[in-house]
Amino acid sequence: MKANPRDVNTGTYYMDGDVAAGHGALAAGCRFIGGYPITPSTEAAETFARIAPKAGAVFIQMEDELGSIASVMGASWSGVKTMTITSGPGYSLMMEIIGLGAMIEAPFVILNIQRGGPSTGVPTKTGQADMMQSRWGSHGDYEIIAISPDSPQELFDYTIKAFNLSEKYRCPVMIMSDECVGHMSEKVVIPPAEEIEIEPRRFYNGPKEKYLPFKPDQDLVPKMVKAGDGYNLYITGLVHDERGYPITNQKEKGKRQQFPTRRLVDKIRLNADKIIELNEEGMDDAEVVVVSYGISYRVAIRGIEKAREKGIKVGNLRLITVWPFPDKKITELASKVKAFVVPEINYGQIVFEVERCSHGQANVVLIPHGGAGVHNPDDIAEAIEYAVKEKKKIRKVIEWKTRLEKFVFEGGYKLNK
Amino acid sequence: MAEIRFAGYGGQGIIRSGIIVGKGASIYDNKFSTMNQSFGPEARGGACSSQVVLSDTKVLYPYVTVSDVLVAMSQEGYDMFEPELSDKGILLVDEDLVKINPPRGKIKILSIPSTRIAEELGNRIFANVVMLGFFTAITKLVSKEGMEKAVADSVPSRFINLNLKAFQAGYDYKKE
Repeated sequence: MKANPRDVNTGTYYMDGDVAAGHGALAAGCRFIGGYPITPSTEAAETFARIAPKAGAVFIQMEDELGSIASVMGASWSGVKTMTITSGPGYSLMMEIIGLGAMIEAPFVILNIQRGGPSTGVPTKTGQADMMQSRWGSHGDYEIIAISPDSPQELFDYTIKAFNLSEKYRCPVMIMSDECVGHMSEKVVIPPAEEIEIEPRRFYNGPKEKYLPFKPDQDLVPKMVKAGDGYNLYITGLVHDERGYPITNQKEKGKRQQFPTRRLVDKIRLNADKIIELNEEGMDDAEVVVVSYGISYRVAIRGIEKAREKGIKVGNLRLITVWPFPDKKITELASKVKAFVVPEINYGQIVFEVERCSHGQANVVLIPHGGAGVHNPDDIAEAIEYAVKEKKKIRKVIEWKTRLEKFVFEGGYKLNK
Repeated sequence: MAEIRFAGYGGQGIIRSGIIVGKGASIYDNKFSTMNQSFGPEARGGACSSQVVLSDTKVLYPYVTVSDVLVAMSQEGYDMFEPELSDKGILLVDEDLVKINPPRGKIKILSIPSTRIAEELGNRIFANVVMLGFFTAITKLVSKEGMEKAVADSVPSRFINLNLKAFQAGYDYKKE
């Protein structure tokens, strides 16, 4: 299905990533955003609020982040495409209801323009430390999809893709951008509506009395209806059967609980190959592969260039989709290369996924960063150089000592004995 | 490829200057540019800077490492970013606001009373646009036409003419 011309502000612009995401949401067909604007994501909310009315869409500034995400759940089951926009502190507050969203299979998108944390942290500067929270932030077993754009153009394009994925798999989709990309201005081309592919809501259109809201299709995803259209709907966070009714039979509970939660996990895991998008370059004869995402990918490019000038064969693997994690790809590469180098703006999150998937076959080097800035490309180049020379198999994640760490901590904290 | 840094304090249009140069280059001159900004939590008065990377091909690494041009509109901005400027770089300052140190390397230093010129034109708010005119004439990194279109595109329509006048005043002001 093509986008509606009413929703698409076709043209060539010079805009920042936040603004591009606001345009992307509308172009994707988003009809409602409930949000509680927070730096550094505010411009995305502002943009949507400004352009939504003429397309018949709505932005409501809610009383807080709990209200925001809850309003998004309601809007989603009322039949519209919906999203919320936030950053670290707001994201933390939303976690419980993200779990509800996974459980009631409401399609929705969260744009998280990450900032430095924890807590209020560094509001105006960057971070990439919410990556694990995205995956594991709410309690219980569920799967989500997370995408990490690296430019304003991608914040437009991948916001549309995020909506498409959420409609297709009926799960929370997180756009895990960061302050650097959100506040970076570049040329953004918004194409004509007929060039934008959007995924429509999967509506059920059989007889009313036969509708089962949680009966899955072949791809494990059930069809939806609009709340208020006269269907018998029971939407609950309790473990439920295909009718949506809570499973109350104590004898049956243990056995039947397996079905709904197993499906929430499997509808993503079994479709992972279709969902995952990667970008790889220079892999053919690579001895070391740099694995990165978001702004760290663009910073890594400079480090990789410097290492290549020294004749080192470096591959560049970018995780466009961070969750589900590309297990297969990393395991396949681990058998061919000496090491992975992972620069990320945190003290180790995605690097442990890389380590898990490399199954001890390749060394794994983390280049950490505490946030409020990006890596020095020289650190990345030096870590690559070290990784290619290291002959020993080191059975843990190797933490690279960056210039910044040496400067600030004089080589790291030590415990007094 | 050129790396440009604008530095000043919040309210001077430092970030807007970066946007205008970036827009002039990538929308009207068909080059590539990335603009990044940095500011504190204050709405006005805090230290503030923007950086633009211009290139004939897609900008991969989006930040300034060694700047080719530094435009300083405040003493603090000058002090902070002068060390980042290349030995062969160009330094543009508002001469009433910035006291410069003895020259270093082959740095070309050019000064303009941009705030004063803007005040003479009616409002100091145009100081950054005066500076952009001066920047365009000196560096020639972005075409004059491209910059004028970008200026016109970035201000409220009723102020376009005044801004273009301010731009021209800066463009015509040349002294070594």
